[in-house]
Amino acid sequence: MIPAPFEYARAGSVEEAIALLGRHGEEAKLLAGGHSLLPLMKLRVAAPPVLVDIGPVAALRYLRDAGDHVAIGALTRQRDLETSDLLAREVPLLRHAAGQVGDPQVRHRGTIGGSLAHADPAADLPAVVLALEATLVARGPAGERTIPAGEFFRSIFESALAPDEVLTEVRVPKAAGRRWAFAKFNRRAQDWAIVGVAAQQVDGAANVALVHMGSTPVRAAEVEAALRQGAGVADAAALADRGTDPPSDLNASAGYRRHLARVLVRRALEQVRG
Amino acid sequence: MRVSLTVNGVREEADVEPRLLLVHLLRDRLGLTGTNVGCDTTSCGACTVLLDGESVKSCTVLAVQAEGAEVTTVEGLSSAGGELNPLQAAFQRHHALQCGYCTPGMLVAATSLLRENPSPSEEEVRHGLEGNLCRCTGYQGIVDAVLEVASGGGAR
Repeated sequence: MIPAPFEYARAGSVEEAIALLGRHGEEAKLLAGGHSLLPLMKLRVAAPPVLVDIGPVAALRYLRDAGDHVAIGALTRQRDLETSDLLAREVPLLRHAAGQVGDPQVRHRGTIGGSLAHADPAADLPAVVLALEATLVARGPAGERTIPAGEFFRSIFESALAPDEVLTEVRVPKAAGRRWAFAKFNRRAQDWAIVGVAAQQVDGAANVALVHMGSTPVRAAEVEAALRQGAGVADAAALADRGTDPPSDLNASAGYRRHLARVLVRRALEQVRG
Repeated sequence: MRVSLTVNGVREEADVEPRLLLVHLLRDRLGLTGTNVGCDTTSCGACTVLLDGESVKSCTVLAVQAEGAEVTTVEGLSSAGGELNPLQAAFQRHHALQCGYCTPGMLVAATSLLRENPSPSEEEVRHGLEGNLCRCTGYQGIVDAVLEVASGGGAR
């Protein structure tokens, strides 16, 4: 399978990428590791007339201790996350979940920024940054702005980024010592999650985010509220599919996804509660 | 557009369409047909090559993304004389292939795995080869072969 023809431009810096996006408008798509975009282009589900390749911008590949949070450059590879000592200490949920994305070949290419900006509700990392209450940094012609993860995902493949903005950094609050869990259910090891759960302990309750239970990754708000009000794990987990709108597809019906969400959330909460 | 890269130690230049996939540059333009195309959807791993020393699926990389990179294909794993390297010899000894279609990708993926983790456990080998499918169900022989060449013999 061959993608439809496109014009290719290589950006040497974020500024150059913003200028190229400005010139080509909605015609252009950013290319990072390409492991979400290229498969769609090969299937011709996506056929952007222009690709702006920011892959070579080495300045966006870093993991830094930034005091109360870990700052992660948007072009940091999933493999970098999976092997990071800093994340092992400060945000173990992200490190673990990054190591469950796709397979080793995918993680060698796939970037955190690419995965988030692609905004696929079936992807793991969007739900993880929701549970972690990360902040995303975007840069455009007018300068830089920050977007809470909870406001970033708008719909399937649609984020809060403007067409001429580049996601540059992900700021993840440190969570050393907090219990966490990540669970996903799929048919083959490398597949997208049929349903996934990311959970992290907060002040006696937990943040819980779901993969593939709607058109965006979603927080299981009713589960979180029940935990805050002192509900037990089983009672809270029974609310996991409330307020979700899971799809039916080849792998699972919506009803099966709702069941999976309740089971996986219960298992995740058992781990978080210890 | 022009792309220049190093393939198995040889400097190569080609004039390519931006949409040309790396696997097609390797197979159709450079004649390196050891790298197979299997599923063509980033699943099976038959097209795995090393890109700057790390395993990638070359059906999901544009040739232009490999600008300036070093690529190693299965042809580059053994010496020019065609003698099998220790991993290839272990595959032979352990009957780690039947039809052989997945073998180039398996060898390259296992090479990358052993560079990152020279003495993996059996579980780590299985997890590390998740991106490669063998439809002859030959995984046991493959895992045995990788464990044999891993330093420490994979005893732990």
